[in-house]
Amino acid sequence: MLELLRTRFAQGHRTLAYPAGPPPALSDRFRGHPVLAPERCPDGCRECAAACPTEAIRVEPELAIDLGRCLFCAECAAACPAGAIAWGGDPRLAAREREDLLVAAGREVRLARALDEKARRLFGRSLKLRQVSAGGCNACEADVNVLSTLAWDIGRFGIQVVASPRHADGLLVTGPVTGNMREALRKTWEAVAPPKIVIAVGACAIAGGPFRGHPEVHDGAASTVPVDLFVPGCPPHPLTILDGLLRLLGRLESGGESR
Amino acid sequence: MSAPPLARIRAGAAIPRAAIPELPVADLAEAVAASCEGGLRAVAYFAAAGAAGLELHAVLADDPRSELALGRAPLPGRSFPSLARRCPQLHLFEREIAEQFALVAEGHPDPAPVRCQPPLLPEPAASARAVALPGAERLYRVEGPEVHEVGVGPVHAGVIEPGHFRFQCHGERVFHLEIRLGYQHRGLERALAGGPDRRTIHYLETAAGDTTIGHATAHAEVVEALAGAPAPARGAALRAIALELERLANHTGDLGALAGDVAYLPTASFCGRIRGDFLNLSAELCGSRFGRGLARPGGSGFDLEGERAERLRSGLDRTFADARSAIELLWGSPSAMERLEATGLVPREVASQLGLVGPAARASGLDRDARRDHPAGLFRHHPVPVATADSGDVFARARVRWLEMQRSHAFVRERLAELPAGPARVAVGAHAPESLAVALVEGWRGANCHVALTDGAGRFARYKVVDPSFHNWSGLAWALRGAEISDFPLCNKSFNLSYCGHDL
Repeated sequence: MLELLRTRFAQGHRTLAYPAGPPPALSDRFRGHPVLAPERCPDGCRECAAACPTEAIRVEPELAIDLGRCLFCAECAAACPAGAIAWGGDPRLAAREREDLLVAAGREVRLARALDEKARRLFGRSLKLRQVSAGGCNACEADVNVLSTLAWDIGRFGIQVVASPRHADGLLVTGPVTGNMREALRKTWEAVAPPKIVIAVGACAIAGGPFRGHPEVHDGAASTVPVDLFVPGCPPHPLTILDGLLRLLGRLESGGESR
Repeated sequence: MSAPPLARIRAGAAIPRAAIPELPVADLAEAVAASCEGGLRAVAYFAAAGAAGLELHAVLADDPRSELALGRAPLPGRSFPSLARRCPQLHLFEREIAEQFALVAEGHPDPAPVRCQPPLLPEPAASARAVALPGAERLYRVEGPEVHEVGVGPVHAGVIEPGHFRFQCHGERVFHLEIRLGYQHRGLERALAGGPDRRTIHYLETAAGDTTIGHATAHAEVVEALAGAPAPARGAALRAIALELERLANHTGDLGALAGDVAYLPTASFCGRIRGDFLNLSAELCGSRFGRGLARPGGSGFDLEGERAERLRSGLDRTFADARSAIELLWGSPSAMERLEATGLVPREVASQLGLVGPAARASGLDRDARRDHPAGLFRHHPVPVATADSGDVFARARVRWLEMQRSHAFVRERLAELPAGPARVAVGAHAPESLAVALVEGWRGANCHVALTDGAGRFARYKVVDPSFHNWSGLAWALRGAEISDFPLCNKSFNLSYCGHDL
């Protein structure tokens, strides 16, 4: 018992101060929001698009990256001869609309806006989610799990992952939605009482990830259920997921800001 | 009768396909069965479609001699003889071969589908076959008064991948557990054929996302074997460091989850956080908590300059000290230990027959670890001591993880201090055509086996991935025999197997 108390003391209080305090420091190699400089693009160059494993980059009519498809592998930056693509460290990536995930120079960045007032009254202080992995590789699942540990403690915000769709206000979906899981996802969604929301976490759940176009998958959650929040990444950093959830619930002061 | 000879190579090497003895299928079956009875174990047993028709391939590991035995046989008919009754470790491989190529495993005791996937055959043969959803077919059933069935999944209570578990019970007692998977099938092997291409490495990094380094390193070693050029020492060292960080993170998470399942909350809470601290060390290395972008054919996608190595070392020591104090609490709690001991028993003999790998095998007294038995890269020169236990219960599977963590910590510490000079990554040359290459990389769940067969142009004619979970799901089913249904979560966590790694 004494050893237990000693260990408890030594381990200390380790829950993040964020969002009241600063966010946790990320590795300087972390790949967050990309920064594009299309004026550097050599004429007719398509090296970035050719290197992208998931066809997330277009060069016409302007250089743009679809963060919904992006694996954040940075092969594009490595392939670019002119340094027109750089990977910044901003982890705020989640969006309410699929088209808001398109990044282009000069295009306004629309971070996820809050739910409407009625939904916020219902979910703003208590959001119970059922997680459904529909072909996820256990990386997104693992970093969703992390949010419930004492370091992140999403219980602070009234957010909880619950064991049954009957207890849930919505679903958090990972994976590209495999053919073999589609029926189970649909049934789980139907078992949630309305009004309900769906959060798609990770490149697979947004657009199929590396498996986009495979006949074995359905290229994301939106193929099967209506999606209210898209959280890009492969997998998204826990901070990216938390940022998206808090913005959705209107719990970040700077809800609709743009960068 | 004496078994026909098989070709011998080392893991991490390639061999021309023509140099692999081609035997009639009955002779290959006899050679495989005799070898398994003689102590070898199957690391891959699969079929491939070639210009000359279907071919059956066996890759068997001879651990004491650090060799792999290879054989092949043409499959002219629509069936092949099942060895599952003689060599139970082959039972799932045979079901997979039957499912992937629309064949019959003759005499197989349980010829059920593995993933409910369409066959890997050209259209329209593939699409002509209707495929049922997993768990929808007939499952094994125990009949009798007071026998009842409990079905769980595919959607579970936790944040976890989908699978269906069907228990045949008498009261609380479990007669039989049947595990049906396939919900996670994403068409990985079908898509890998014809590669490598720009998606190949990403398929393997997400084959089992918690084993990104394990699978990506196995892929890198296969490609390097085909190119005939091993990774530079520095690149191999960085991959080995990342592999051990992956082990540290996952073992910490598992020990915390086991503590949580017996309601011992201090260890559960601390380890949940500490696991993330280990993942952050991987992010320090390559920007991704799961090691995305690090292991690449030709070495490592990221280098480690002196200052970063120092940050990594101090972070590692700090995190490991936290892990030590959190985990030692668990061993010091008699009520937690009481719950782990003698639960989910897998005797040594059973573990051997089922062909278990990784910590699950070592906890049942099987002294096998690919880092020592089939070393590649840095492990050739810097072996990691193998940790075993002999009780085969949940406690042993937990204990082995902690022993491995201590050795991984020492290994990473030493390797960071002595990083070889030179480039982290070099360009990889062309693949040898018409060849076969095998890699065995001991990830945190066990050996990840990758086998590549190239065509005349050096492209992948077939790329076989065997996640350690493929061997070990049968071990979990066995662990529940005669146990109580309430033991299931504990047993499940003690194996912590991959669904997508199995379903591919």
